[in-house]
Amino acid sequence: MSAKKNVDGEWTTVIKPKANLLNFNIAEVWRYRYLIQLFVRRDFVAVYKQTILGPAWFLIQPIMYTVVYTMVFGNLANLSSDGLPRILFYYSGIMLWQYFAQCLTKTSDTFVANASIFGKVYFPRLTVPISVVITSLITFAIQFALFAGFLIYFMVRGFSVNPNLWILSLPLLLIAMAALGLGSGIIISSVTTKYQDLRHLLSFGVNLWMYATPVVYPLSQVPTQWRWVFVLNPMSAIIESFRYAFTGVGTVSTHHLAATAGMIVVVLLLGVVLFNRVERTFMDVV
Amino acid sequence: MREIVISVERLSKQYRLGVINHGRLTKDLQSWWARIRSKPDPNIPLGMADARRRTIEGDRFWALQDVSFDVKHGDRLGIIGRNGAGKSTLLKILSRVTAPTKGQIKVKGRVASLLEVGTGFHPELTGRENIFLNGAIMGMKREEIRKKLDEIVAFAEVESFIDTPVKRYSSGMYVRLGFAVAAHLEPDILVVDEVLAVGDVGFQKKCLGKMQDVSRNEGRTVLFVSHNMTAIENLCEVGIFLNDGSVDFIGGASDAVERYISSIRSEMSKSVSERKDSKGDGAAMVSGLRIESIDGRQLQSVPLQAPFALALDVLYKSPQDCSKVEFTILLSDENDVRIMSFQSRLENGALRPRKSMETVRCILAEGLPLSPGEYRLGYSVVVNGLLADKLLNAKVLRVQPARFFESDELPPSFLGRVLWRTRWDQV
Repeated sequence: MSAKKNVDGEWTTVIKPKANLLNFNIAEVWRYRYLIQLFVRRDFVAVYKQTILGPAWFLIQPIMYTVVYTMVFGNLANLSSDGLPRILFYYSGIMLWQYFAQCLTKTSDTFVANASIFGKVYFPRLTVPISVVITSLITFAIQFALFAGFLIYFMVRGFSVNPNLWILSLPLLLIAMAALGLGSGIIISSVTTKYQDLRHLLSFGVNLWMYATPVVYPLSQVPTQWRWVFVLNPMSAIIESFRYAFTGVGTVSTHHLAATAGMIVVVLLLGVVLFNRVERTFMDVV
Repeated sequence: MREIVISVERLSKQYRLGVINHGRLTKDLQSWWARIRSKPDPNIPLGMADARRRTIEGDRFWALQDVSFDVKHGDRLGIIGRNGAGKSTLLKILSRVTAPTKGQIKVKGRVASLLEVGTGFHPELTGRENIFLNGAIMGMKREEIRKKLDEIVAFAEVESFIDTPVKRYSSGMYVRLGFAVAAHLEPDILVVDEVLAVGDVGFQKKCLGKMQDVSRNEGRTVLFVSHNMTAIENLCEVGIFLNDGSVDFIGGASDAVERYISSIRSEMSKSVSERKDSKGDGAAMVSGLRIESIDGRQLQSVPLQAPFALALDVLYKSPQDCSKVEFTILLSDENDVRIMSFQSRLENGALRPRKSMETVRCILAEGLPLSPGEYRLGYSVVVNGLLADKLLNAKVLRVQPARFFESDELPPSFLGRVLWRTRWDQV
């Protein structure tokens, strides 16, 4: 809702029917930064209260997946891991994919899951998806520490694992994934307020998307005539770049990365526009 | 001349009916296909298309229409009106929960709205953590909350449970904590929706006192929505009476209350079929509510404890589809305090319609043991588990004095509305 200072400064707030479509209102979100902090805290504390293993679950999940994938895709299906130790290969893919998937699915739930709060009190709605991204980022940091451990272990054991200067692109890759997850999550959440079908589609859609992304196989194994599919999938360039940066193995091209960046910007802008439209009236629809 | 802090200018809000209930793409396509062939939309709820229900244009209706008023600094404004008159919509727009369709509201200062207490409380977090979370949701800064923490805890009377997760709180403690946070927000404008209807009587008084404090001593502006006319008259000096989405009256609070009560009186004298404020999907509709003697003569009033019957004339949309019909008649006093209800389900189980139009009689063979005066009757009809028709304040029931006790006297009604025979022994 539009909370613009009046030109003559007389009114604090003017509540009007239509808002500007690109009205990010970053200043207002910034004023509510303490709320974002509390949302992040709430999501962390609440999830692991009354569990025995507590925060250990952050690591158990990707480790289990890594074990399963190593057995199924590595040993049984004998898929290539680009010459990398399989644990390193699968763990890195799973860690990145989960970060993205978490941003996406939790953001997509924004309106429906918070309908009861949104219906009773106003605060900038964007604080919710932002806090989701921060929560996922903290989870990622914990998982990344384990990844660094694996990496050092395999380097010491003399495997051909060669981190290089591309490592510096890690923050950019994280921002790109967050932006993509946030953008597509917001698009989905805006649409699901009206069409709840899409929520059912989402859970297996994310799974299918993973198999269309070089998570359990390297991009180098994809036949060249199918490469264009992966150029259209922004996640493939991100995961390949990450693997290349930390292990020296992977397929990275600047064209591919530029296309990816372009797609992410479009998705994010579309998401914010939709979000601004929906946040004003969705309470009449839910 | 005090300055104007809220200016509502030609505010209108339109809601869509029917379409909002789809939530499925296939149904939207179905509606769209029906529109193309200019067939009736199969997805508009039954009864909504009926001319008997309020101002509806196609599948849209106006919850608020062209509402304008100003609120001055320090005013205590009471907003009253029947259910569906647009009070909640007005508060929602003012709280920025939903956007208006037309018009605008200009506000000076920070608005805190209490449409519900304890919004955003997380059951797993402790009372203390929830105070911070709830305060932040309502726009408080961390330092502000910290400064007020002790005061909030003391006001809510939850000192010993402050580090317990709120999921273990009693509902009373929950409400107290929620109100306490909101009451210490120190907003320039406080918007309160009937939250006071919850909690025990002692705490309700405390809340009213706090609200009086906030407005009288601290000079803040308070907007208060309630069905409790006594609370409105005590707390507010200005009143707005909303009727069918527009302002019917604005002026002194007691004048507004007067106006509201007289409008309810005149509505109740109308026959049920002329009323426009009934709710429900229309699968069954009540076209008349009559007070009758046992042998079917129409009555205006009934003597205390004399047998009589309440007759509902019911019209079913498709009687063969109504496998379970339940009727409820509600009896409340003139302050809208519910005294008793008569439910067909409890006596006869679910009923099935015999014809598409029938009269259902609720027979009170022993009459009512109520002290003489005016009571209000309301009804609801539930068909197959869904509310089909509901109307409160549908009719006035007058109870006339009659001999009840050994002496021919009756206690004054302020000692209680229900009369009961007793025997007194000296042992």
